[in-house]
Amino acid sequence: MPNDLEEREDELAPQTRGIVEELVRDDVGRKKFLKAVGTAGAASFGAFVLAACGSSSTTTKTKPPATTTAPPAAAASVPASFGAGDIGILNYALTLEYLEDQFYAKVIAAKLFTGAVGSLVSEFGAQEAEHVAAIHATVLKLGGTPAAKPTGKFPIGSAADVAKLAYTVENLGASAYLGQAGSISSPTVLAAALAIHTVEARHAATLATLVPGGHVTPTGAFANPATAATVLAAVKPFIA
Amino acid sequence: MITERLANPELAELEVGGVTRASFLVRGAVAAAAVYGTAAAAPFVSSALGATSDIDILNFALTLEYLETDFYQVKAKTVGLTGLAKHDAANFGMEEAAHVAALTQAIKSSGGTPVPKPTFSFPVASAASFLSLAYVVENLGVSAYNGAGPLLKSKALLAAAGSIVQVEARHAAAIGLLIGKSPTPTGGFDTPKNMAQVLAVAGPLIKK
Repeated sequence: MPNDLEEREDELAPQTRGIVEELVRDDVGRKKFLKAVGTAGAASFGAFVLAACGSSSTTTKTKPPATTTAPPAAAASVPASFGAGDIGILNYALTLEYLEDQFYAKVIAAKLFTGAVGSLVSEFGAQEAEHVAAIHATVLKLGGTPAAKPTGKFPIGSAADVAKLAYTVENLGASAYLGQAGSISSPTVLAAALAIHTVEARHAATLATLVPGGHVTPTGAFANPATAATVLAAVKPFIA
Repeated sequence: MITERLANPELAELEVGGVTRASFLVRGAVAAAAVYGTAAAAPFVSSALGATSDIDILNFALTLEYLETDFYQVKAKTVGLTGLAKHDAANFGMEEAAHVAALTQAIKSSGGTPVPKPTFSFPVASAASFLSLAYVVENLGVSAYNGAGPLLKSKALLAAAGSIVQVEARHAAAIGLLIGKSPTPTGGFDTPKNMAQVLAVAGPLIKK
């Protein structure tokens, strides 16, 4: 069920996921937060199927669906400043990974998390650094100029607040990769993007267990893509 | 380096197009049939023999989604799950069923015939062994979709598959946390699997 956050929290309340118990639950701002995370909306499975079938380039065109639903937002290209084609998409991803990497570095430095949660946060941070290195190298390999490293600024408050922010950031990252999948030309670059995409999703799902009302699959059975415009607007406050 | 990390001979050959893609699928299915018998591989073989269309890949995915749905919606009820594990199995089962429905509809809308639902046999009897297998199956699903994604010709179907695989990855991470296993078992990059590799794990779970 995509929208059973309340119900899930109730069910989760008496029993924690083990690592959750290491965090103090903090309900402040939860409603607002959930609203923000949730507005991407549950892409209905019908919309998904229509989108999947509506513009197949290889299969026989069947009659268009009677009710057209906007396909999941995707395909919108990244800003030209990132470069053209796959290099542009990679530089867009690199920019996001730079921000994630810096975010985790600050979180780790703040020593907000200990024990099992602390280990996971450190692991995730190291994985974002791997993403940065891999994408940077790939841009160079394709003959492009890697995007400049942005300077991030992140509110590092309580562990609960940081967990919420991390959850938001990872969900955004997963949506960002999903939004570009259809625009990547090179199968190798696509394979790499897919390999990173699902790791961001794993991070998001893990962090969901640290956030009151967090949901492993916040949009249900089908994840939503996000356009570069949406993602860049969302991260703007985190760039100095 | 990203390309080294993801090294996968099949992927490297992609640019030559349909022939390589077909041989990729057929090779995997035939290898699996040799190991597990044609019954086990049947759902895949029937797809693989005509493996030049996205429909075949969708049918491959559909078989895996049938497996996952059956696992969560039928097997899960027999192993005594409680608490969060029970809650997750119920939710994940509904989501896998939604994947089955979506793939079935996508195959039909594309002019294809969905593979019939196989019957499955899951060698687990306890909550603990169920969750261990769930972790394997979900991670397998991620690898399968990530391996098949670059083979899809339709960008729309790729987007759809991406939408599903992200959810499989979320399931895998959540199950991992439940049983004290890593939510990111292959580190910063999920490892794609080809059909033979997927069948090596899924084949023994398929009765016919």
